[in-house]
Amino acid sequence: MWDFAKLFLLAAVTILAAVIANFARDPAHLAHMIIIMVTAAGLFLWQIRHVGEPAAVHNPAEYMDDVVRAGVIATALWGVVGFLVGVWIAFQLAFPQLNFEWAAPYLNFGRLRPLHTSAVIFAFGGNALIATAFYVVQRTSAARLWGGNLAWFVFWGYQLFIVLAATGYVLGSTQGNEYAEPEWLADLWLTFVWLAFLAVFMGTLINRREPHIYVANWFYLSFIITVAMLHVVNNIQIPVSIFGSQSVPVWSGVQSAMIQWWYGHNAVGFFLTAGFLGMMYYFIPKQAERPVYSYKLSIIHFWALIFLYIWAGPHHLHYTALPDWAQTLGMTFSIMLWMPSWGGMINGLMTLSGAWDKLRTDPVIRMMVVAVGFYGMATFEGPMMSIKSVNSLSHYTDWTIGHVHSGALGWNGMITFGALYYLVPRLWKREGLYSLSLVSWHFWLATIGIVLYAASMWVTGIMEGLMWRQVDAQGFLVNSFADTVAAKFPMYVVRALGGTLFLIGGIIMCYNLWKTVTSVGERKPASAAVAAE
Amino acid sequence: METYTLLRAFADSWHLLFMTLFFIGVVIWAFRPGSRKVHDETSSMIFRNEDSPADARDDSAGRKGRANGEAR
Repeated sequence: MWDFAKLFLLAAVTILAAVIANFARDPAHLAHMIIIMVTAAGLFLWQIRHVGEPAAVHNPAEYMDDVVRAGVIATALWGVVGFLVGVWIAFQLAFPQLNFEWAAPYLNFGRLRPLHTSAVIFAFGGNALIATAFYVVQRTSAARLWGGNLAWFVFWGYQLFIVLAATGYVLGSTQGNEYAEPEWLADLWLTFVWLAFLAVFMGTLINRREPHIYVANWFYLSFIITVAMLHVVNNIQIPVSIFGSQSVPVWSGVQSAMIQWWYGHNAVGFFLTAGFLGMMYYFIPKQAERPVYSYKLSIIHFWALIFLYIWAGPHHLHYTALPDWAQTLGMTFSIMLWMPSWGGMINGLMTLSGAWDKLRTDPVIRMMVVAVGFYGMATFEGPMMSIKSVNSLSHYTDWTIGHVHSGALGWNGMITFGALYYLVPRLWKREGLYSLSLVSWHFWLATIGIVLYAASMWVTGIMEGLMWRQVDAQGFLVNSFADTVAAKFPMYVVRALGGTLFLIGGIIMCYNLWKTVTSVGERKPASAAVAAE
Repeated sequence: METYTLLRAFADSWHLLFMTLFFIGVVIWAFRPGSRKVHDETSSMIFRNEDSPADARDDSAGRKGRANGEAR
């Protein structure tokens, strides 16, 4: 019965998408409808060939790791794609000729920039979060993922969202809100997928065989719930027509700006921080083979972080039409946020106390520790930049870009690499990684790349900020905008080189993980039987 | 009173008080007597059930054990 319901639904979606594609008003919507039509038709054919077959067996005595394996592959691939686009647009900024005439407007900086940010944050980071959340919640709940194939729906549904978003950007469909660029169709689809993600995660927690919910799951859960809330509120838009990708925002003026940065900053706070802290609280203790330094501190870290982060958004709107009290509130909470952030950093680092020698022998743990170090640096820099007087210098300059990247490349990137190096040998049941020296290469290339990136952006950001406010004796501005752009050229080249090193590190990781799966001997079942207790 | 003023007044009075008290409660709860044993047990939970769910092996179950009573 369910099989036929699915067939009917897929057929209906295929036909509907074909009709809408026929009447599509803009190229992005046309492309999206063709993608949906082809996907639904393909699924229909696949489904009709499997009608009447027994349903997939979901043995509750085994973990559901195939979807985690798919997530790991997607993370590594999207990561390299996202880094590559980032390197390309970095070179476009240094050498504007790379905005080719023949590819305009599709491959211009303006269209590729959201492609880069979404690819690294949502495709690379999002897949890493979904895959590790599925892995960690099973191990710490001692239960198989709830919902059977629903986890597969989450995985493939999320990939479809990424494809819709990416093709939309290149074809010029955007609602113009930073990190929330996808239009209404992709937004609606992501809402479905995200609720399914929440259901799988919650269902597994409810089925758990452990008395307590391990702290990593608290972070993952807050990430899933908060992102659902942010996504829905910031994307309340009324589509102009079902035949076009355009929509009209409900919020306007300063309310719209405030909601956008409430969304934007909490995307940083809950997507890029809380979710990845969940990774930290599981993978660092596992790799160090010691429990987390202080479980009490982790509880206080969690509650302090989620209580404070949600208020920090207004610091993106200093010296705007936003009421002064709201700006001050955002600044105050951003500064208070320094405390839980460093509490978490100390907790992660001190987990290694008594095992510091592992830093010498194990490049994977070195990667994780450097990630936590960058987390500490970025969460110091952030509160400092949110102070109004500092912000008046740093805002709208490249300093912000540098800050974001020391957090994203250093913290999110490095902890994800560490988690991938941890996961691949276990998921594919290999004895170990193919090459530890390649991990070391990756580590050093990535670290040097980040240092080049952040340092060049500090220089160019502060220079740019000072040039913008420089006035002569009569009170006239000294520099035109083009002067500042010309002065930034050498730093832009250094930044692009730093990004290239980071990209090369990512490619080395993919090779190493590929060889781990294909060339390393299988883990002996004997070692699997040794219980941890 | 218009909605904005009402909500603002509520946010910076009762809700602020509620959140502060809740947070202090969390801290006291984390440091309550006897929490050390619970926390030690919870923080080392990640080192078991590595390869299969708790039900699959007899020796491994957490305290809930087979509470759900599924026969196998």
